[in-house]
Amino acid sequence: MSELSELYQEVILDHNKNPRNFREIENADRWADGNNPLCGDQLRVFVDLEGDVVKDVSFVGSGCAISKASASMMTQVLKGKTRAEAEVLFDEFHKMVTGQLDPESEETHLGKLRIFAGVLEFPARVKCASLSWHTVNAALQGEDEVSTE
Amino acid sequence: MSSFNFQKVRSDFPVLSQTVNGKPLRYMDNAASAQVPNLVIERGSEYLKKEHSNVHRGVHYLSQKATSAYEAAREKVRRFINAGEAKECIFVRGCTEGINLVASGYGRKFINEGDEIVISQMEHHSNIVPWQMIAEERGAKIRVIPMNQAGELILDEYENLLNEKTKMVAFSHISNALGTINPAKEMIETAHKFGIPVCIDGAQAVPHMRVDVRDLDADFYAFSGHKMFGPTGSGVIYGKKEWLEKMDPYQGGGSMIKTVTFEKTTYAGLPEKFEAGTPAIASQIGLGAAIDYLNSIDLDAAFEYEHELLAYATERLGAIEGVKLIGTAREKTSVVSFTVADIHPHDIGTILDQEGIAIRAGHHCAQPVMQFYDVPATARASLAFYNTKEEIDALADSVKKVIEVFS
Repeated sequence: MSELSELYQEVILDHNKNPRNFREIENADRWADGNNPLCGDQLRVFVDLEGDVVKDVSFVGSGCAISKASASMMTQVLKGKTRAEAEVLFDEFHKMVTGQLDPESEETHLGKLRIFAGVLEFPARVKCASLSWHTVNAALQGEDEVSTE
Repeated sequence: MSSFNFQKVRSDFPVLSQTVNGKPLRYMDNAASAQVPNLVIERGSEYLKKEHSNVHRGVHYLSQKATSAYEAAREKVRRFINAGEAKECIFVRGCTEGINLVASGYGRKFINEGDEIVISQMEHHSNIVPWQMIAEERGAKIRVIPMNQAGELILDEYENLLNEKTKMVAFSHISNALGTINPAKEMIETAHKFGIPVCIDGAQAVPHMRVDVRDLDADFYAFSGHKMFGPTGSGVIYGKKEWLEKMDPYQGGGSMIKTVTFEKTTYAGLPEKFEAGTPAIASQIGLGAAIDYLNSIDLDAAFEYEHELLAYATERLGAIEGVKLIGTAREKTSVVSFTVADIHPHDIGTILDQEGIAIRAGHHCAQPVMQFYDVPATARASLAFYNTKEEIDALADSVKKVIEVFS
């Protein structure tokens, strides 16, 4: 169970159980829907911008522990970031979970998000971890729907 | 206790003897795809080594070898499902292609604006989407036979849906998501009272129960080779020749013609009319070998044993607090769909995989079933005659472990 315990760490289980920023934002500047047709994961991400800065970000929806925890931690990290900083994080996160960036040996801005590096060992679950990131990216780009298929 | 020798049968399936994540593989995803016995592997290899050529074309030795093996497979299919004639068994890529062939070939000929197609609440997408596509093309309407909470079709309501506008009834013999065995014979009889033909999705039935298409009086009956221990790419759509002869081809190309000029093409007879292009020769010969294999074991005892496994799995999983069984029909095959508290089935699937247990987690290509039970997905163990009670014990223990991780 060593790889498994790496994936289902306390932090992830906690965010799954008590997702942060799990709410709608009324009159949000932007929102986008993400769905993973393979799992049936569906979520909606809301973003409120103040100028170039993410003033508030939240999500609602249903999904597995990995997708929920990833969305929850993403909202915590993105709050207060500029759009450019958010894009860098999206890029780094995407590269980490697809094995193109090793956060142990390379300098990144990922911080506690590095916990999702373990998902690399579970190819079928990579999309679960990245769904919320693709969705927030779509919202920031002004698209309203994204699918991980 | 059945006397079925599952240990002997297990040794016929080489894939089952491996370890996964350091644990013995426990394969319980047979409704998605079943494993392949040595007999099928060896027959495929023999064909490729010694008999391969294109079928129905050459006059040379190999072409005749390949053609006779391919047609022998068709005859094996005919006997296995008790079709009247081999030419009523059209080789297709799988159950999905078979249903598409009927939806398109029958639909374009016999379904018109304002007509109705009746399907059921528990269908696999492969028995929904082709009908929706032809309904849209022809201006017809889809109507749905409802089911109850146990996952059984409500037959009174079914009969009420039928009228002079109904041009096709299509439903699954066995639900892949729930395991429900539908009373196909009775339902076909009802449709025939109204003069309506019936297309059955038999993908889950052919590997797990005796199927006799003439006793059922099915007009069309589709199934896949890979769910009955044969190779992927093999499959059959059985159709009564009275219908098949009236239908136009589904695809055009080589093999399916009598004569071709730039002005007009005339079509070949059955079954070639529906088999355009070079078919999956090796796969269909493999399907024939899978039938040989099923005929070589005590199949009735195997089905009885699967029933025991179903009862045992239902009991073991049902006894775990937090486990909810989805699909509790009185007549079921060895499919156990379940949810565990509010734990997402994908998390269950990943944790079980670490224990070497292969189950399916997801919507099982039956999203309307998930919507009916108001769940995003389920975990599903689907058992075959090579599974064991010990494997079910391991499944139950691992489900308890899942609950621990998430507690």
